[in-house]
Amino acid sequence: MNRYPLWKNLLLLVVIATAVIYAMPNLYGDDPAVQISAGRQASLDNALVSNVETQLKEADLPYKGLTLEDNRLLIRFADADSQLKAREMIAGSLAEQDYIVALNLAPTTPEWLTGLKAEPMNLGLDLRGGVHFLMEVDMQAVQHQALTGIADDLRLLLRESVIRYTRVEVEGDTLFLGFRDATERDKAEQEISRDYPDVVVSTDESADRPTLALNMTETFLRETQTLALQQNITTLRNRINELGVAEPTVQQQGQNRIVVQLPGVQDTAQAKKILGATATLEFRLVDFESDVQSAVNGRVPANSELFNHRDGTPYLLNKRVMLTGENIINAASTLDAQTNSPAVSVTIDGKGARIFSNVTGDNIGNPMAVVFIESKSETEVVAGEEVRVRKQFPEIISVATIRDQLGKKFQITGLDSTTEARDLALLLRAGALAAPIEIVEERTVGPSMGQENIDKGFKSVVIGLVLVLVFMAVWYRVFGLVANLALAVNLVLLVALLSMLQATLTMPGIAGIVLTVGMAVDANVLIFERIREELHIGNSPQASIRAGYDKALSTIADANVTTLIAAVVLFGFGTGTIKGFAVTLSLGILTSMFTAIMGTRALVNLIYGRQHRPALSI
Amino acid sequence: MHVLSKETNINFIGIRKYALILSALLLLVSVYAIVTKGLNFGIDFTGGTMIEIAYPEQADLNQIRTTLSEAGYDDAVVQNFGSLQDVLIRLPVIADQNMADLSNEVVAVLSANDNQQIQVNRVEFVGPQVGEELTEDGGLAMIYALFGILIYVAFRFEYRFAISSVFALVHDVVLTVGFFALFELQFDLTILAAILAVIGYSLNDTIVVFDRIRENFLKLRNAEPPEVINVSVNGTLGRTIMTSMTTLLVVISLFIFGGEVIHGFAMALLVGIVIGTYSSIYIAGSSILLLGVSKYDLLPPEKENDDAVGSDGSQV
Repeated sequence: MNRYPLWKNLLLLVVIATAVIYAMPNLYGDDPAVQISAGRQASLDNALVSNVETQLKEADLPYKGLTLEDNRLLIRFADADSQLKAREMIAGSLAEQDYIVALNLAPTTPEWLTGLKAEPMNLGLDLRGGVHFLMEVDMQAVQHQALTGIADDLRLLLRESVIRYTRVEVEGDTLFLGFRDATERDKAEQEISRDYPDVVVSTDESADRPTLALNMTETFLRETQTLALQQNITTLRNRINELGVAEPTVQQQGQNRIVVQLPGVQDTAQAKKILGATATLEFRLVDFESDVQSAVNGRVPANSELFNHRDGTPYLLNKRVMLTGENIINAASTLDAQTNSPAVSVTIDGKGARIFSNVTGDNIGNPMAVVFIESKSETEVVAGEEVRVRKQFPEIISVATIRDQLGKKFQITGLDSTTEARDLALLLRAGALAAPIEIVEERTVGPSMGQENIDKGFKSVVIGLVLVLVFMAVWYRVFGLVANLALAVNLVLLVALLSMLQATLTMPGIAGIVLTVGMAVDANVLIFERIREELHIGNSPQASIRAGYDKALSTIADANVTTLIAAVVLFGFGTGTIKGFAVTLSLGILTSMFTAIMGTRALVNLIYGRQHRPALSI
Repeated sequence: MHVLSKETNINFIGIRKYALILSALLLLVSVYAIVTKGLNFGIDFTGGTMIEIAYPEQADLNQIRTTLSEAGYDDAVVQNFGSLQDVLIRLPVIADQNMADLSNEVVAVLSANDNQQIQVNRVEFVGPQVGEELTEDGGLAMIYALFGILIYVAFRFEYRFAISSVFALVHDVVLTVGFFALFELQFDLTILAAILAVIGYSLNDTIVVFDRIRENFLKLRNAEPPEVINVSVNGTLGRTIMTSMTTLLVVISLFIFGGEVIHGFAMALLVGIVIGTYSSIYIAGSSILLLGVSKYDLLPPEKENDDAVGSDGSQV
């Protein structure tokens, strides 16, 4: 007699029932939706909800539902057409306020399921369309910036302590300080080691003059880099919010990389431009006393620098920078009231405003320039090696005469188009990146491609599954049907687990499921072949069933553990998509062991367990 | 339908010489192909840009090539992808060029030069640095996987079994990679994942055979190792072929219906599973024999002797 204890049967039933419930949300589709979330200076409240409702009614745009939850307002539509229209309208009406209006897909899971926290799987970018960027922070630049900052401080320190220095220079990862004689150098060394615990000071014997070499300590360097990375993540988040993406991901990866995923984004050129832009602004006074022409010929005055206006005219500007983009707290694109040309109105912080009003007050009637500096990286071949080089492209966007003392608010003009004004305002508002950043990987999938991938993946799973089902039924008859039922349950379990974990389903993930389907029957094949062998050597049917399951168990365990090792390694080294494959494969191994051993045994017991000498159909 | 469950009695050990010669030959061809031809690495490993564009009507590849080379992209590889409307453009890393913007520039050039409304289906750009790391990580992953398996099998069986199973795996990996080198198929990240899956699969097969060998060494006390191995391989043959069949069925379905993107992946699995099945039947058993395994290596430790007496009634 082969019978399972009641608790085992109950356990199976409970597991299967739970799995069915948690797998169910995946059967419901999505509604096209518009999502509104609030920025820092706005709030989502009932006033906004009724405002949006009125707008939709006036525009005669029917919507299926409107929900305010998790700090976002979700408006569902019946079709993509009204979704797009609604977004355009709402984005237009909320443009002046700090709201993010984005397209999204809202799952139509019924309430009783969401109440149980049952949610559908997330679809990866390759299935829903969108763009994935891997961005790398230029850590050398971070180090350079930090050292330059220290250099500025040191100049002040040395001047205050009346130590005469001949040079302060950053070269690579070292800051060099040159002195006239060794006494001055030693005095400086003492001062610096006392006041700067974050740097290691040593005398540089290779230089012809007494020189100190300063290096950042390991800890300080790491701290600085971590800070820069986190600051960049914050800035990127701000910029993405400005772009209006429904569910963006911005995550640190490793020591110096950031993953950015923007589902649904189509205009990758715009996204790249905004995310990677290291643009910053500088406000400088124009040196109108020196001769520009002789500077172009190579004789640049000591206190000035030569810049080109974007129309090609060269200008000499003071080396001293009055104000940089860092002091900007708000910026908005607008039209210049006098010329009706695109402009950006800028608000600066108190500290910036003080400096700005002092300098402009002293220079009424003199010209001032706004320099737009963009840095880009390019790959160059140096001595046969590919090296990435970062270049700065400064250009003057406007030169204007200071007519008045400028304060907290002013306008930047001289922009080419309204688009440019909008982009510049966006960048100034979202803040500058702490360190230059570069896209080192991009994966973009168009939306129709995503749907095609889903269809193809689904089709191949179904066809593969049907083939296996037929094959098993023909080969093992009743036992084959039992295995088939287990296989179906296995799929439900796998989908339920993936949904519970809120795993992201990708194309390789589907491949993992397909492979699991193929391999899941293995355990049953092992068991059934064993049962056949036992029957063949003349054992009774009941004894054969028992022996078949018992003897196959250790083999199944060994075989699956080794596959699991491969899957775990795959997960450990893999990024994104490969990880998805590894997750589905490992979960599939676990669920298939459960259904193929316990599940089929319960069924076999149910069918044959009570008979004395059943005729096994195997 | 009991074709395979009838007691097969193929003399696998008797023909192991031929199997070993065949494997040696295949290994030689694979290594030769890998060394001389090299692998056709995809942009995942080399870095570069890949753009998939759909045209509303049949795409004129020559026209696209001309347009691209006029715009300065001489190294662009242009080919159809799946259908006549779909075009795949591959570009290597170009010096003095901001690679991240390249895809947008190429698309802009193509749409400006063509009256057809083109649609970008997929863009992949991998920086050279990232590609290098992937190659390194991929190789490491393979080694870690093999090492982990070596330890597990040595722990569960015996070191000769471990060495044989890893040998069989290396055999499978080299042949699969060799296949990709020989036919100049593109080798990208998904292929690497497929090969790791093949490692898992082939090992699964091998372990089942080993498990039976271990069992039979204890059961057939008077049999010589070659006979034990023969009986074991024959005993598990039905299962080996059945499982390979079902897995192949789904992989073939993936290959035919899964779409272009998953094509290479399915291809690697297809080849790998066939080779893996072959190696667990012919190679794994033979190589433990070559390493000189005997039943004394597999006697259970002292503690379990009582169970042994109880189950088969004989004294050890």
